[in-house]
Amino acid sequence: MNSRLARFEALICPCSEAELEARAREARCLTRRHFGATMRLFAPLYLSNECVNSCRYCGFSRENPILRVTLTPEQVETEARHLLEKGFRNLLLVAGEHPRYVSRSYLVECVERLRALGVPSIHLEVGPMETDDYRPLVEAGAEGLVVYQETYDRRVYAAMHLAGPKKDYDWRLACPQRACTAGFRRVGLGALLGLADWREEAAALAHHLDALLKSCWKTFFTVSMPRLRPAAGEFEPSVHVSDRDLAQFVIATRLAFPQVGITLSTRESPALRDGLAGVGVTMMSAGSHTEPGGYTGVGREDLHRTAKGCRVELASGAISSEGEHATEQFAIADARSAEEVAARLRGLGLEPVWKDWDPALAGRR
Amino acid sequence: MSAPLLIAGREFRSRLLLGTGKFSSNERMKEAIEASGAELVTVALRRADLTGRHDPFANILEYIDAEKCLVLPNTSGAMNAEEAVRLCRLAAAAGLPRWVKLEIHPDPRYLLPDPVETLAAAEILVKEGFTVLPYINADPVLALRLQDAGCATVMPLGAPIGSNRGIETRAQIEIILEQARVPVVVDAGLGAPSQAAEAMEMGADAVLVNTAIAVAKDPIRMARAFRAAVEAGRDAFEVGLAAERRTADPTSPLTAFLHAAK
Repeated sequence: MNSRLARFEALICPCSEAELEARAREARCLTRRHFGATMRLFAPLYLSNECVNSCRYCGFSRENPILRVTLTPEQVETEARHLLEKGFRNLLLVAGEHPRYVSRSYLVECVERLRALGVPSIHLEVGPMETDDYRPLVEAGAEGLVVYQETYDRRVYAAMHLAGPKKDYDWRLACPQRACTAGFRRVGLGALLGLADWREEAAALAHHLDALLKSCWKTFFTVSMPRLRPAAGEFEPSVHVSDRDLAQFVIATRLAFPQVGITLSTRESPALRDGLAGVGVTMMSAGSHTEPGGYTGVGREDLHRTAKGCRVELASGAISSEGEHATEQFAIADARSAEEVAARLRGLGLEPVWKDWDPALAGRR
Repeated sequence: MSAPLLIAGREFRSRLLLGTGKFSSNERMKEAIEASGAELVTVALRRADLTGRHDPFANILEYIDAEKCLVLPNTSGAMNAEEAVRLCRLAAAAGLPRWVKLEIHPDPRYLLPDPVETLAAAEILVKEGFTVLPYINADPVLALRLQDAGCATVMPLGAPIGSNRGIETRAQIEIILEQARVPVVVDAGLGAPSQAAEAMEMGADAVLVNTAIAVAKDPIRMARAFRAAVEAGRDAFEVGLAAERRTADPTSPLTAFLHAAK
């Protein structure tokens, strides 16, 4: 084990309040030095909540009888236009894993349309693919890829992922490397907290990151440590991860990996997000919806259920009783608008950065 | 009054160049630029709007007074010559000055410049009529190659960007200064006004500072401090620093009595 990893492992051991405070101060200095008094903002744009996987904790899990939809590329544009108006210049396209609905060519078309619409920075969080399948997405102008391992504990992983391609732990683990090889500039790693002991997850994530930093020296990495949120399926977290645990994880990551980005989503409460914004987090989502069509209501007319891979139409009148939109992946905890989050960041002495990438830098022109 | 700085035939009274990243707000950045007296201010093109739509969410350029400063677009984010050149062409098409701080750092962690790609991009950009100010590691041969290619300055780093470690590359920068035919701007790593003064005393024609000012508790006062340090260092260099000695040098000669006897 190298010194960076040894330091990280020491930093995630139980520690006193005074120690954590001292480290938070150091983390704040390091964050400012490397990233400035700024916060990159992005919004998730859900394309589809169809999924072939069965994952116990996820609202999109295939056996959940939820309202499903896949937005057409035109509808994706409508959602993106709304987000551009709100200020977002960095969009994360999210979809469940379903090769029929969310195919490579569908994703390429979405990226191309958003580029043409003037979205400078496009990231993807979709089912893992082969390196060669990623290349056309990079060429179309996608800047980054996000793929969380969810849990690094093989036993827990097997117990959580019951069916579908996601069952294959190693295929997923090797995905960030494939993404780098394909040419994505930014790659996001993460562990979903609440499934296994957070300290072990953190240590494994650090090892994963450390190895990638060496083999993919041109890639900018970001790390996420999302905590499980209430979702369809009513899965209860197997372990409790407190605010303090999460803060210690963020601080340890900043101290051991000073130049790595840290992302914090609207899964967390406003108070916690405001607190961690100054300490180590460098990228935040805001005003998020975690269902396809969530921003503008597009796709409503095509809502359906999916059972055993087949579309099941809704009985007439069923939609209005269920709220007229697709089911979200998880419930968010920070419901503030993008404008409110930006204003709060300014109040905290941080400049919200909407655009930090220009498509001229890569991809086709 | 110290001599003006001359880059590509254009005169600048200030020898402090400013970077615009990392500020806690565009308003503070604007005030810091004013306090610094900088007349050359570099902006990352990736943060600016290059479509001509005056994007209110990417309006950093609107905070720079074009009457007082020349905007120096930079290519930060480019990982190779092709990307840097493409970005410069786009910036020029968007009406930005045809001056460029050429930065190509494919390693996103230490942001150390790639010498091979930088030289390749510089050769193309100079031919296309750009005034090129390349950010480089303190490599004297590379500095010469870039001058041969027609660059308007060379900008060797003192230490990695944001590191605040000062002039760790002193011996190499001394060679670059000795051989320079164009202004040498020490860029990156200067964390304290004293380090900026040190670079100027060494004979650097200018320094570029960003992090140390942008993330200071009071960026405006820190900008003022750097301004004073750069002016002090330049004055000292122009006057000529006294040589270092191991012993004290009394103002009245100790052997005067020998002559008094005659």
